[in-house]
Amino acid sequence: MSITCRDAMREAIRQALIADDRVFMMGEDIGAYGGCFAVSKGLLAEFGPDRIRDTPLSESAFVGAGVGAAMAGMRPIVEIMTVNFSLLALDQILNNAATLRHMSGGQIGVPLVIRMTTGGGRQLAAQHSHSLEGWYAHIPGIKVLVPATVDDFRHMLQPALDDPDPVLIFEHALLYNAEGELSDGPSPPIDKAVVRRAGKDITLITYGGSLAKTVQAAELLAAEGIEADVIDLRSLRPLDDATYMASVRRTHRAVIVDEGWRSGSISAELSARITEGAFYELDAPVGRVCSAEVPMPYAKHLEEAALPSTSSIVAAAREAMAEDA
Amino acid sequence: MSDLAMLRTMLLIRRFEERAAQLYGESKIRGFLHLCIGEEAVAVGVSAALEPDDNVVSTYREHGHALVRGVGADAVMAEMFGRSEGCSGGRGGSMHLFDVQHRFFGGNAIVGGGLPVAVGLALADHLRGVQRTTVCLFGEGAMAEGEFHESVNLATLWHLPVVFCCENNLYAMGSALTRTEANTDLVLKAAAYGLAAWSADGMDVRAVHDAMRRAVTTVRDGSGPVFVEMRTYRFRAHSMYDPELYRSKDEVAEWKHRDPIDLEVGRLRVDGLLDDAGLSALQDDVQREVEAAVLAAENGTDEPVEQLTRHVYADAAEEVRS
Ligand SMILES: Cc1ncc(C[n+]2csc(CCOP(=O)(O)OP(=O)(O)O)c2C)c(N)n1
Repeated sequence: MSITCRDAMREAIRQALIADDRVFMMGEDIGAYGGCFAVSKGLLAEFGPDRIRDTPLSESAFVGAGVGAAMAGMRPIVEIMTVNFSLLALDQILNNAATLRHMSGGQIGVPLVIRMTTGGGRQLAAQHSHSLEGWYAHIPGIKVLVPATVDDFRHMLQPALDDPDPVLIFEHALLYNAEGELSDGPSPPIDKAVVRRAGKDITLITYGGSLAKTVQAAELLAAEGIEADVIDLRSLRPLDDATYMASVRRTHRAVIVDEGWRSGSISAELSARITEGAFYELDAPVGRVCSAEVPMPYAKHLEEAALPSTSSIVAAAREAMAEDA
Repeated sequence: MSDLAMLRTMLLIRRFEERAAQLYGESKIRGFLHLCIGEEAVAVGVSAALEPDDNVVSTYREHGHALVRGVGADAVMAEMFGRSEGCSGGRGGSMHLFDVQHRFFGGNAIVGGGLPVAVGLALADHLRGVQRTTVCLFGEGAMAEGEFHESVNLATLWHLPVVFCCENNLYAMGSALTRTEANTDLVLKAAAYGLAAWSADGMDVRAVHDAMRRAVTTVRDGSGPVFVEMRTYRFRAHSMYDPELYRSKDEVAEWKHRDPIDLEVGRLRVDGLLDDAGLSALQDDVQREVEAAVLAAENGTDEPVEQLTRHVYADAAEEVRS
């Protein structure tokens, strides 16, 4: 059955609400408005205002309330409209959600799920377009999921709710309309990376909104006779080192594609780990395709130039291939 | 500003935004586009009470605020086309209009994000002994954010020359005021911080002007900040994507009977200051101004991609200017 990522996530939320009465959802305009990206459309009518709670514009308060409710044994799903607004709640996410278990000597757990959109590409300029998931992945105590496929939009939420610790899910806004077939089989565990396309010549490592571009780049490379292994990380914290490292050991070349800014990014972390773990296997320096180090500009041509593109991925892969073995 | 001039400015904002909506439909303008149609009296009445060098800090619904402060229709339109001739060089778009020459400090698209900055602008004036008022415009939705509460308290504590001007259009996106505020009396709420606070009919440009004049006088007297609630209504969707499931067509129609432009036209007619010919002359005039802006934007230039990472830090030329 073909389904959009938006509908897949809505169905995941529905099933979670049906399965467990500790689950409820809160966020801005998720109810009467139908969700700013229409993910929660129809849920208010089905589940009522107690479980689909519209909040005022108070990110710090409702994220913090999610922390408290989770501490008390509920299973809240908190929706934040976009990652830039999550910064108003960063105090609650980092200073409470991520640290309470440790600070309390293990007495308190925060089984909270926070969903938010991320990413650029819609000309929304410098306060609505950033990709800060790699930044969040810096923080011990939380887990960071980055679904890229309808299967992951459909199947990551329940394991996130089952997790005893806070899980942040970053949904690239350009994926909501993306369609795909839901598969029948069980989904891999949420902390495992998967190979989306197999190839022997080079490893392309990516996640979320950049997966489609990377797969496209791999197709173009294939036409030139370069077969790329495309790894979808799925989780940025924890990172599934074994999967991408095994690929790099096979191909001896790696390029990382990440919509975050380059400096201090998850791509920097991956590159460091590859260097630490597979240095002697490498035939070329690890390449990176990231967003330009600039707040996102509005103008279309500048925004396009700021973001990773299929052609910049192809170029980086060619460069890695050009190195002599 | 004469009553006739205030009417003309309201007409300009209306026409400008109607045209912007069309251009959005043609994909000439992209991103988010928030129209203030229905709320023009607030922009015009507020600005009429200000001096040219007063500071204004605004939100993402700020085309009207920018135009009344003297930012040219051409510079705003070019910005929304992403052209380098735009008031923010094409970097900001509709939500981030800036024009320092006119002391128009944005264009902030984080709800509540402008308030602390307004406090700081006023603090600088206070420290330097500069006689100037800073006006911060925001929607009622911002009053649920911590930044509202922290800013109003700080400005009051330090007696800073700020007018906190709340455009209460009753909805924050799809969230009705009654569904998001435990106490819907915004004046009472603000007054709890110990500053002077009052409200005005935001559909009546003269009432807005009076309320704002009082506020500016209070601030200039050194009596500290003022909070003013402008009771208004947005006639259009929140932005360009909004099925408007949260309010009835009847309610919108009801408010349209109170169109601030119709009200002012009616009054000027009664006073004998405007007739049909006069009104259509004004309309033609603003139409020409808007079309000239559109034409200029169409013919504008795109900044070279090689300059992508400009304006992240001050370069030498920018340093000299500031
Ligand atoms: C911190 C933050 N949270 C959420 C949003 C998304 N958002 C943009 S406008 C808006 C409604 C704001 O309503 P209000 O302050 O009343 O102003 P209005 O749009 O009615 O002019 C929301 C929720 C945002 N921009 N910033």
